[in-house]
Amino acid sequence: MARRGDTRRLAFLLGPASLFLGVFFIGPLAVMVVYSFLEPGLYGGVEWNFYHWNYGRILGWADGEWEEFDAVYAQIFLRSARLALTNVAITLIICYPAAIWVSGLSARWRTMVVFLITLPFFVSLVVRLFAWVLILRPSGFLNSSLMGLGLISEPIDIIFTETAVLIGMAYILLPFMFLPLYASIEKLDRSLVEASSDLGASPLQTFFRVTLPLTLPGIAAGSVLVFIPSLGNFIVPDILGGAKVLMIGNLVEQQFLSARNWPFGSALSVMIMAVMFVLIVLYLRSMGRQEARQ
Amino acid sequence: MKADEEAQDQAASIAEVREAVKRFAAPEGGIVTALDGVSLKVRPSEFVTLLGPSGCGKTTLLRAISGFEELDAGEVRIAGAPMTGVPPHRRPVNTVFQNYALFPHLSVGDNVGYGLDVAGVPRAERNTRVGETLERIGLDGYERRRPDQLSGGQRQRVALARAIINQPKLLLLDEPLSALDRNLRKAMQLELKNLQHDLGICFVFVTHDQEEALTMSDRVAVLNAGRIEQVAAPETHYHRPATRFVAEFIGDGALFSGRVEGPAKDPVLVTADGLRFAVASGTPAGQEATLLLRPEHLEAAPKSPRASHGVIEARLEQSVFLGALHQFVCRLANGATIIAAPTGAGAGNLSEVAIGDSIRLAYRRDQPHLIPEVGDGA
Ligand SMILES: Nc1ncnc2c1ncn2[C@@H]1O[C@H](COP(=O)(O)OP(=O)(O)OP(=O)(O)O)[C@@H](O)[C@H]1O
Ligand SMILES: [Mg+2]
Repeated sequence: MARRGDTRRLAFLLGPASLFLGVFFIGPLAVMVVYSFLEPGLYGGVEWNFYHWNYGRILGWADGEWEEFDAVYAQIFLRSARLALTNVAITLIICYPAAIWVSGLSARWRTMVVFLITLPFFVSLVVRLFAWVLILRPSGFLNSSLMGLGLISEPIDIIFTETAVLIGMAYILLPFMFLPLYASIEKLDRSLVEASSDLGASPLQTFFRVTLPLTLPGIAAGSVLVFIPSLGNFIVPDILGGAKVLMIGNLVEQQFLSARNWPFGSALSVMIMAVMFVLIVLYLRSMGRQEARQ
Repeated sequence: MKADEEAQDQAASIAEVREAVKRFAAPEGGIVTALDGVSLKVRPSEFVTLLGPSGCGKTTLLRAISGFEELDAGEVRIAGAPMTGVPPHRRPVNTVFQNYALFPHLSVGDNVGYGLDVAGVPRAERNTRVGETLERIGLDGYERRRPDQLSGGQRQRVALARAIINQPKLLLLDEPLSALDRNLRKAMQLELKNLQHDLGICFVFVTHDQEEALTMSDRVAVLNAGRIEQVAAPETHYHRPATRFVAEFIGDGALFSGRVEGPAKDPVLVTADGLRFAVASGTPAGQEATLLLRPEHLEAAPKSPRASHGVIEARLEQSVFLGALHQFVCRLANGATIIAAPTGAGAGNLSEVAIGDSIRLAYRRDQPHLIPEVGDGA
């Protein structure tokens, strides 16, 4: 039972944060959910009528008059999910060995590497992505290097493809995979790996039977942290995907900024959030189980 | 003759460490020599204990045998086969780790069955063997528990079961009992000893507790600063330590260094500050040596001591009653303390002396061990 003084102190300590989140986070969120059920105004803005056709357009019912169901939204949604999942896989495959390697370094080098990993955050995201445009475009660094080496005779089309989008997303989200992975690998008790080896397990067996299961929390955390920003991302497809690779984030952006259909944009956003919410609940539940076991 | 014996010894040894040298680069700079030319043979079904103060290289020696440390010089052989370059998972040894190192994500049954699982033993056989092993260590019915649902002593047993299920030639135990409380420790000591006897596996056991080492082992190797001081049976360590370090490390006793003087019939050890101790007749004069006087060697001197006894003049400082034993702490002329714990009638005579009074102690001159001083070079 919490004592009176504890409660008061808690209120004092948590008050400002709760107030801030309430006003600037929950508030806008509520506005968006409400808007997603309103009718779009003819020239932007909203009409205050209950209007579920926004969701109908996405999920498959139409009023037959103004709003039409179009499977393209679901397709874009699925493509975004596919790209986000691929991105999770790419970052995981890159970061896992790297994190194992870093955790074996001396303390000084470990700090250094972690610092280097966070270094890109000092430079604006847009600037970093434009650097990738310079690298990937037909006359860019990648193509001229490959042609100079005689590996290809014509520039390959990379820029404005899904590949370019994946490269860009993996690039900006690598640290979000690396840091939680590294934290859990670093925490792994070395003597467990030794015990496994002592009992006759080959390095590969040790990896699958001990290292991997015990670093699962890091993998899960990294995956959620990479999947969520990947799913809603619109800057990377904008810059590296051109008009060809439309992701759900771009769609939302368009609805708010060019089409000026706020209710429909809100409905799309609510859909994205619903997916993320389900994911996070699943994640927390599995973590809770893990904790109960350990 | 000598070579013959050696060849036989060779064939019979389960594990052999030859001239092992291991150096570490200390993080704060400089080099630590953890093993400085260690040689050790483990004979079949033997219980060998590595005993020594903290940091003397016990864990390093174990890890060299299990393959987790590569030697800078020398070699390890197991059942005659050289182990240089053989990774830990291919060595026929298993280890009980100091912190147990149980897999937290696996049940007790899966922890114990781990060695069989990675070896691909069929499920049915694996299950029976896990069951048998758990029964042997008194944990049947605990298969489905997780390590964190066990007491310290139970975890200890699981670690043991996990290590013996593969039937290794050699079991390495790094201070397996140090985390247990005293009573449990005593019980586990006996159990370990019985288990070792039943299984017939060689145990190499690490401890820094001399009592544990003496009660459990067939032979004890005393390590000091990366070197083996003496490998011998516990009784030998106690009664005839080879070096001053062993004498100080094992058991109670007072040590006096000096030079042997006088005729062969009545040799005396004279220390630098002039104390004189009669030593066993026949000890050659001129020898530098250290005399080890154990408490049980000393008793109250009779009015007219016989020539077969040495006499020490001292002052009684304290008398400590320990139940079965009565200890008398005495101070010598040079300020050194010496403890007498006479058995039988001798104790009665001493307890009549008042604290602070002078006292005469006697010992049979052939009883205390004389450790010959070996030059640094030898
Ligand atoms: N990985 C390492 N790096 C540097 N020095 C080490 C390393 N491992 C051991 N040492 C050093 O080697 C020496 C012997 O260590 P070891 O662990 O073998 O001692 P120990 O006899 O097992 O001691 P304890 O009874 O405290 O466990 C110590 O001085 C230790 O500091
Ligand atoms: Mg140790």
